[in-house]
Amino acid sequence: MKNLKKLAMILMSMLLVFALIGCGEDKAPEQPAEETPAEAPVEETPAEEPAEAPAEEPAEAPAVMSYEEFVAADLDTEVTVETYVQAKQSWWEKDGKGVATIYTQSEDGAYFLYNAACSQEDFDKLEVGTKIRVNGYKAEWSGEVEIIDATIEIIDGSYVAEPVDLTESFGSEDLLKFQNQFVSFKGLTVADKGEGAAFVYNYDGSGTDGDDLYFDVTLGDKTVTFVVESYLCDKDSDVYNAVKNLKVGDTIDVEGFMYWYEGPQLHTTSVTVK
Amino acid sequence: MKKKICLLTALILILSFALSGCHGSKGIPEFAVPDEFDESRDYEITFWAKNDTNKTQTDIYEKSIRDFESLYPNIHVNLRLYTKYGDIYNDVITNIATNTTPNVCISYPDHIATYLSGSNIVVPLDSLFEDENYGLGGEKLRFEGVTKDEIVPKFLNEGIIKEKSYALPFMRSTEACYVNKDMVEKLGYTLPDVLTWDFIWEVSEAAMATDSDGNFLVNGQNVLIPFIYKSTDNMMIQMLKQKNAGYSNENGDILIFNDTTRELLFEIAKHGESRAFSTFKISSYPGNFFNAGQCIFAVDSTAGATWMGTHAPLIDISSDKLVDFETVVMPLPQFDTENPQMISQGPSICIFNKDDSQEVLASWLFAQYLLTNEVQTAYAETEGYIPVTSKAQNSEEYQDYMSRIGEDNNEHYDVKIKASQLLLDNIDNTFVTPVFNGSASLRDAAGQLIENTVKSERRKELVDDEYMDNLFKDVKSLYRLDQNTGGENGKKDLGPLPDAAVVLLGTLAFTWVLIAIYFVLQLRKDKKR
Repeated sequence: MKNLKKLAMILMSMLLVFALIGCGEDKAPEQPAEETPAEAPVEETPAEEPAEAPAEEPAEAPAVMSYEEFVAADLDTEVTVETYVQAKQSWWEKDGKGVATIYTQSEDGAYFLYNAACSQEDFDKLEVGTKIRVNGYKAEWSGEVEIIDATIEIIDGSYVAEPVDLTESFGSEDLLKFQNQFVSFKGLTVADKGEGAAFVYNYDGSGTDGDDLYFDVTLGDKTVTFVVESYLCDKDSDVYNAVKNLKVGDTIDVEGFMYWYEGPQLHTTSVTVK
Repeated sequence: MKKKICLLTALILILSFALSGCHGSKGIPEFAVPDEFDESRDYEITFWAKNDTNKTQTDIYEKSIRDFESLYPNIHVNLRLYTKYGDIYNDVITNIATNTTPNVCISYPDHIATYLSGSNIVVPLDSLFEDENYGLGGEKLRFEGVTKDEIVPKFLNEGIIKEKSYALPFMRSTEACYVNKDMVEKLGYTLPDVLTWDFIWEVSEAAMATDSDGNFLVNGQNVLIPFIYKSTDNMMIQMLKQKNAGYSNENGDILIFNDTTRELLFEIAKHGESRAFSTFKISSYPGNFFNAGQCIFAVDSTAGATWMGTHAPLIDISSDKLVDFETVVMPLPQFDTENPQMISQGPSICIFNKDDSQEVLASWLFAQYLLTNEVQTAYAETEGYIPVTSKAQNSEEYQDYMSRIGEDNNEHYDVKIKASQLLLDNIDNTFVTPVFNGSASLRDAAGQLIENTVKSERRKELVDDEYMDNLFKDVKSLYRLDQNTGGENGKKDLGPLPDAAVVLLGTLAFTWVLIAIYFVLQLRKDKKR
């Protein structure tokens, strides 16, 4: 009887081992290194990623540029700036490495960081106002001047930009001077985006809840399209819901980042109905 | 004797449990086609669909669902819209883990190959195709279904993975080279019947001449990128195919890192350095430059034709930037003009497996409905797609649509219809790359080689043999292509076992030894008695 109990114990152990082996096969397929937007003619954000990870620590720290020097620099040149986080658009893992897209601004100008190398841990440390040193390359995509293939280093300091009131420059070429800055427009009128709607999902209404919101605003004889970029402000955000509640003819004050896509395209962060 | 019976019974039990453990690991049971579709029940199925950020396309999806539901009132289809294949893919991967995949999904075969690394996740369609009641052209369908013979065989075969059909083609497109004929002629060239890479490089370099103010002579503007390629993945894949050089094979072997690739990259590098060539990822949509008279050769999908040309119905730049010129739609450049090769691409449909085979059958009925003439022609006409069935291609409605080329700049926009015609004329010249778990990464790697090379040239880095060695090494590593050991066949060395596996197997072996010793001792005891 005693031996039988021992045997039972052994058999139970074996059962456990077998069961574990069996369970081990039950897994979802692993995600491969990269997604494949094989054919996406429109509205795609480009994925710019260096095959080679940026050097962790340059041998000699490059000179930090002023915004004026950054503007003067040629495209595709290496740039280093010190700036402050104003908003975090997105973080995701690309090819096994974290990348972050961030709106930043210093006292003299603003920089848009596209897919900068950034661990999840560092991304979590970034708050509005956090000072960072950025080393990357100056690039331009559809008119948007940005820093790509960048690395980020958190350094001491803090600065939160106040919105620059650009109401007087609404719809003019002057907006280019304020590219990527945190700005505001006051007293705009919500225009008809088609069939009496105040907004559409995606630029042509082809999207659904959760996609980017597009809405037109007028001031005087000028009409401009603003966007609620869903990666920056998702469908649960105040601004997303505020825009969904807009009505044609509403008068609104707006804040956001002066992004560029073939022209000014505000990435709206706040809408207040007057 | 009783003890022996007990031992034997216990062993049988162990094996039963072990085997059932293995069975359980497969998750959902393999799908079998039910004999009858149970119409006494209601079904709710989800359809994840991709559109080209095109309202007309989403309207067609919605209408198709309404029409289908009117035929099958007990099946309700929930539509979820996407604009990027990559987003669908990522969401499917996430939902496989939680067993919440959609029922019907627009996919690329490369992506389906990855889904297949789970057990019984995607439904093999072969038995559904052949089912006499509910299969292709089946007797009990409530709509005029398409027969297997009426699906273009080349497109149908693109959904075969490991000898089983996992995808139904939905739409097909290829790439086209949209040419600003005016600028080509202004530079003193005449477009050949078939574009060659040499011709494009030569014209592109000739276009880079500027005046003393830095404006380009050919367009009088300070911006010009003569040649822009949208999908550099496709660019490299097609160049290699045209050169009959290695890319990958059916076994999943990675062959892209070869001397031909290197030569192609050196050639591309020259034109990246001169800035006569750029890419979508580096600069922007080819169509935006093209329509502004800032690009001579724009290679993009035929499914992007509605964005190409001065009079395109869809425009992303302000109207004051548009330049009037003649747009010619040509097959992409070739190395061998006698043997043109171009990629076949476009959305396919897959069906995800569920515990309820009736639900899967309901999904299949809807998927099949998407191949009816009405859906096929309507969707194909939204862009430079073509229907995947000969039945739709030959239909009176589609023929009428194609014949009305240029009647207007919307539904019958000439560039769009020419793009569709280009593919119709070249179906036999299309190809697809081998599909295996990892082929999606390889495709990305192909494009990354070009992107990095062009970026490096723009950044004035030295692009030489050493650069290429490092580039190959880095891209292999980045996309884990150095870990691909032969796709699905598993014939190659998989490397040492992980430590946990070694411990587990060791424990197992040790347990068996103990059992054996115990048996021997017990037998001896029994004999003594």
